Amino acid sequence: MKPVSFRYFAPRSVDEAIDLLAEHGEEGKILAGGQSLVPAMNFRLARPASLIDINRIDALDYVREDGGQLRIGALARHARFETPVARGVLAAFLPRVARHIGHLPIRCRGTFCGSIAHADPASEWCLVATTLNAELAIMSRRGRRNVRPNEYFAGALTTTLQPDELLAEIRLGLLDDSWRTGFAEFSRRAGDYALAMAAAVLRLEDGRIVDARLGVGGAADRPSRIAAAEALLTGSDGGPDIVREAGNIAAEAIEPLEDIHASTVYRRDLVRAMVRRALNQALTR
Amino acid sequence: MRWVGRPLPRYEDPVLLQGHGRYSADLAQGARFLRFVRSPIARGRILTVNAPPETPMITAAALGDVKPICPRLDRPDCVAVAQPILASERVIYVGEPIAAVISDTAADAEDLAERVTVEINPETPVVTLDQALAPSAPLVHEAAAQNTLIDARFETAGVVVAFTSADQVVEFTFTSGRQAAMPLEARGAVAAFDTASGRVTLSASTQMPHLLRTGIADALGIAESELRVIAPEVGGGFGQKMALIPEYVAAVWAARHFACTVAWIEDRLENLTASFHARDQRLHLRGAFDADGRLLAIDADILCNVGAYSNFPATCGVEPLMALADMPGPYQLTEYRARARAIATNTCPMAPYRGVSRPVITAAMERLMDCAAARLGLDALEIRRRNLTAEFPHTSVTGVVHDPGSYREAMEAAAQVIDIAQFRTRQQTARSEGCWLGLGMSVFAERTGPGTPAFAARRMVMTPGFERVELVIDPSGFLEARIGSSPHGQGLKTTLAQLVADETGIAPRDIRVVAGDTDRTPYGWGTFASRSLVIAGGACKLAGTKLRERLQAVASQVLEAAASDIEINDGRAFVRGTDLSIEVRQLARAAYHQSHRFPAIAETGLSAVATYDPYGTFSNACHIAIVAADGATGQVTIERFVIVEDAGQLINPMIVEGQIHGGVAQGIANALYERVVYDDAGNPLTGSLSDYLVPTMAEIPKLEIQHLVTPTDASVTGAKGVGEGGTIGAPAAVLNAVSDALAPFGVGIFEMPITPQRVLHLLREAERKAQ
Ligand SMILES: Cc1cc2nc3c(=O)[nH]c(=O)nc-3n(C[C@H](O)[C@H](O)[C@H](O)COP(=O)(O)OP(=O)(O)OC[C@H]3O[C@@H](n4cnc5c(N)ncnc54)[C@H](O)[C@@H]3O)c2cc1C
Repeated sequence: MKPVSFRYFAPRSVDEAIDLLAEHGEEGKILAGGQSLVPAMNFRLARPASLIDINRIDALDYVREDGGQLRIGALARHARFETPVARGVLAAFLPRVARHIGHLPIRCRGTFCGSIAHADPASEWCLVATTLNAELAIMSRRGRRNVRPNEYFAGALTTTLQPDELLAEIRLGLLDDSWRTGFAEFSRRAGDYALAMAAAVLRLEDGRIVDARLGVGGAADRPSRIAAAEALLTGSDGGPDIVREAGNIAAEAIEPLEDIHASTVYRRDLVRAMVRRALNQALTR
Repeated sequence: MRWVGRPLPRYEDPVLLQGHGRYSADLAQGARFLRFVRSPIARGRILTVNAPPETPMITAAALGDVKPICPRLDRPDCVAVAQPILASERVIYVGEPIAAVISDTAADAEDLAERVTVEINPETPVVTLDQALAPSAPLVHEAAAQNTLIDARFETAGVVVAFTSADQVVEFTFTSGRQAAMPLEARGAVAAFDTASGRVTLSASTQMPHLLRTGIADALGIAESELRVIAPEVGGGFGQKMALIPEYVAAVWAARHFACTVAWIEDRLENLTASFHARDQRLHLRGAFDADGRLLAIDADILCNVGAYSNFPATCGVEPLMALADMPGPYQLTEYRARARAIATNTCPMAPYRGVSRPVITAAMERLMDCAAARLGLDALEIRRRNLTAEFPHTSVTGVVHDPGSYREAMEAAAQVIDIAQFRTRQQTARSEGCWLGLGMSVFAERTGPGTPAFAARRMVMTPGFERVELVIDPSGFLEARIGSSPHGQGLKTTLAQLVADETGIAPRDIRVVAGDTDRTPYGWGTFASRSLVIAGGACKLAGTKLRERLQAVASQVLEAAASDIEINDGRAFVRGTDLSIEVRQLARAAYHQSHRFPAIAETGLSAVATYDPYGTFSNACHIAIVAADGATGQVTIERFVIVEDAGQLINPMIVEGQIHGGVAQGIANALYERVVYDDAGNPLTGSLSDYLVPTMAEIPKLEIQHLVTPTDASVTGAKGVGEGGTIGAPAAVLNAVSDALAPFGVGIFEMPITPQRVLHLLREAERKAQ
C-alpha cells in the first residue's frame, strides 16, 4: 500500500506542465485531484516514474460561461458543482449529478477534467460529457486540438489522449429554458461507483419532445448515447408507454460489464430502471 | 451516590478524539519494517523462493525450530492441524506467508518483497463447501479425511418419532456469505528488543495480550518472562484480533534475531484477504411443529467452511460447536438432532467474529418460525409466544443453562413500539401501489460472559474463562485497577471505573484502569464472547468490596469508630450519624507512611485481588425491522429498526447503546452488504473497500432502542454482556422483513447477504414460475 518511488514536479504554468509532459512522455503522469491516481499507485497498479502535479497552476482553476458554453478548467473540483455554478438549466442539472460522485472529501479534491482523463466507465462526468456531446480541449507541445466524446472514449480507463497531452478544458453547451433534465443512478452504497446510471436531456415544445439526448453510463465499458431510444422519444409526448419502451431499448442496446457486483442480466435490468427514472424526472420537472 | 447506571462520557474519548491515542502504527517510528511475501496461489507445492543477493529475507529455514501454531480440542471428533509460521513445502491459501523481508521503511520493504520470486507448482484448490465435500476432493490436510476437521453430533432419543407425529415439517437450506470483521485499524505490531534485559516488548493490536504472550513464547521455545506484550489503543477487533498469528511470531523472532525494533503494520489488502474471515456457512434445517405451532423437534446439518487452518486458542470449532450447542436459542425444545462440521478449504482461515455462529443460527431459526407461522396461519408473534421459554432457569436440550431473561416481554414490547397493526394497514395500501414493504422480527438469547465451565464443556485444551483484577490505592489516594482483560475500543475502562467507584467510594476520575500490558496486569483472557464487563466487571466488584473493607479498617482506626459505621463516598470516609470524616487521600498517606498503626491491613496494604469465573449469563432482545424493497432494482432500504434489549443491570446505558449501534450495523452488513468473494482458482476478489461493501452511515437507519432489566444472580454485578447482540439479531430481522415484503410474489429469503441482484433474480424466477 505504499507507491513505488517516483519523481515529483510541481509546475506553476501550463507551458511548464506541457513541457514536462513532453519530456517525460509515457513515464510521466499528471496529478490532478489524485483521487483515482493515488489509490492506483498505492495498490501499485499505477507506477508512474514521474508525477506532474498541476495543483499549483492557478490558471487552470475556473468554471465560466463564455460564448454559449460552460467552460470547465482542469482544476475545477467536483465539489464546485454541488451548487449551481451559474444560472440556467445546465448549471441546475450538474448539482444533481455531482452529489453522486464519491464522498465529500473526494469531491473536494477530485476534478471534472481528471474524471474525463481517467475515463472510469462509472464516471458521472463522463456520462454528462457524452450525453451533452461536450467539447474536450487538449493541449500539448505539439499544439491544441478539440475532440468530441465519441472520438475520445476508447474503453474502460482508455481514451485517445496521448501521454504528452493535457486535458485543459471541457466545454458544455448551455441549455435554454426549453430543456428538461433528469438523472438517475444506482449504486450499492451512497458514494459508490454507479452500477448503472442514465441522464436524460429533453427539449420540449408544446408538450412534445422535439430533441432528446439519452445517455447511459456505469453499465458498459464507456458511456453511450442510446440513439434508438432518442429517436423513439423525439416527436413523442413522452407518455408512460414511450418511457417504458425507451428503458427496454436502452437495456438491450448496451454491452454490459460483468463483475462481482452485477451480472450482465442485472446491469440491463438496472439500465432499464434508471432510464425510466431519468426520463420521468425530466418529464415531470 | 451511585455511579453504576449513569451514561457517563467515556474516559477514553478525549484522548482519542484529539488524536493523541497511540495505536500500534504510531509506535513504529524508528523501527525496521517487515513485509511478508504471500502466496499468490491457493494451493500448490513451493519449488523455490529466491531473492536478489543481500536481501534481508526470512524463510522457514531461517526460523529453524520455531514451532507451528497448533490449536487443539480434546475430543475424538476433531483433527488438529498445524499452521507453519512461514510456509516451506506447500501453500494452502492465497495470502499465506512464505517469507518476510526487512527494511528501513515500509515502502522499501514493499519494494524488496516484490523482488522475491516464489515458484509454486499450482494444484486445483478446493474453495467451496461443495468442492471440499465432493467424493474425490483433494485434501487440504492429509490428516483430515474428506477435509473434515470437526464432525460433532448430538441426538436425543425422540427425534424420529417427533418428526413422524408432526403436523408440519418445515425444511430449507440457509447460507451465510463469508465476512471479514473489518476493524478500522488493521492488525499490526512493533517488537522492540532490549539489549540490556534481552527481552522483547511486543506492542500489538490484539484483544488478548496474555494469550499472545503464551502462544509466542511457546512457538519460540522461550520463557514467557522473556516477552512483554502490550495492547496499546486497539481500533476494533471483533474477534479477528483474538488469535495468535504467524506474523507476530515472526516479528518477535526477527526482533531477537536482528536485535532491533521491528514493525509489521498490516495494510487493508492483507487484512481483507489474509487475516481471518468468518461465517461461511450452510445450514440444512428441518423443524417439526404440531398443529398449534409448537416446535417439536429440530434436525440440523451445520457446515462451516473454516478455511485453511484452525485458530489459536479458540480453534475452528468455535463456529460449528457453538451452533450445535446454541441452536435452540430462546425456544423450548426437547427433541434435537444436529451434526456440525468444520470443513477445511484452500481459503483464508476463520477466526471468531462478533456474534460467532449465532447470527447464522438465529437467522435460520427465525426464518423457521416465520415459515411455520405462515403454513399454520399464525402470525409471527403468536407462534413465538407459543414457543419462547418463559420459565427460568431454563436448561436447554443441549444442557446450556439460561438464567432469567425476558424473551416474551421483549418481543411484546418491541411489537408495541413498532405498532404492527398499523404497519399491516400501511403495507396493504403500499402493495396496491406496487410498493413492497415488509416487517420482520427476531427474538434471541445471547450467551455472554462464559467462564471456564462453558468452555470446558466445549473441551478446549486451553480453557478460557476467569478474570483476575488487582486494585491498588497509591499513597496519594488514587486507585489503579489492573485487569487481565484487554479492551479494543468498547469503553471498558469507563464502565469498570464506575463499578469500582461504587464499591470503594473513590470517584471514577480518581481511578485509572490499567489493561493490556503483561508486565503490569494479572493473567487474563482478553476481550471476546461479551465477557469483559461481565467477568472483569465481576472481579472488579469483588475486589472493590475487599478494598472498601480495608479502607474502612484504616478509617475506623483514624476516626476512632467501628469499621461497620464507616461509609465511603466520593473520596471521603464518614462515620455514619456524625460529622466526623476524612479524605481517602489522607487515609492512603497514613496506610503507607504510618503502616505500623494499621496491623489489620499489614498483609495487603491498600490493595485487593479478586478472580471471577462465572458459568455465564444470557442477555436477550427482540429486533424488528421494517424494510422497503424496490421491485425495479431489487434494492432493500431499512425504514425503521426497533430493538428491545435486556442486558440486566446497565452499568453505563450510553455504552450499552453504543454496543447495540455498532452490532446492529455489522448485522445489517451481514444481511445486506458484506461478502468476501473468491474466484474458482481461490483468488480473493474483494481486496478493497470498494468491493467489500461495508455499509456507511447512509445505509444504517436510526435505531430505536428500549431496555428491559431482568435481575439475575448469574452475574455478581447483575450485568449481562451486550457486545454481540446487535450482530446476532439484526440479520434475522432484516431477512424476515425482506421475505415479508416479497411475500406477494411467493419469495422467501434463505441466504445472506441478500443483494439487490439476488432480490431481483428471485423475483424474476418467481414470475417465470407463476406463468
Ligand atoms: C472512494 C472513492 C469513490 C469514488 N467514487 C466516484 C464516483 O462515484 N464517481 C466518479 O466519477 N468518481 C469517483 N471517484 C473518483 C474521483 O472522482 C476522481 O477524482 C476522478 O476519477 C479523477 O479525478 P482526479 O482529479 O482525482 O484525477 P487524478 O486521480 O489526479 O488522475 C486520474 C488520471 O487522470 C490523469 N489526469 C488527471 N487530470 C488530467 C488532465 N487535466 N489532463 C490529462 N490527464 C489528467 C492522471 O494522470 C491520472 O492518470 C471516487 C474515488 C474514490 C477514492
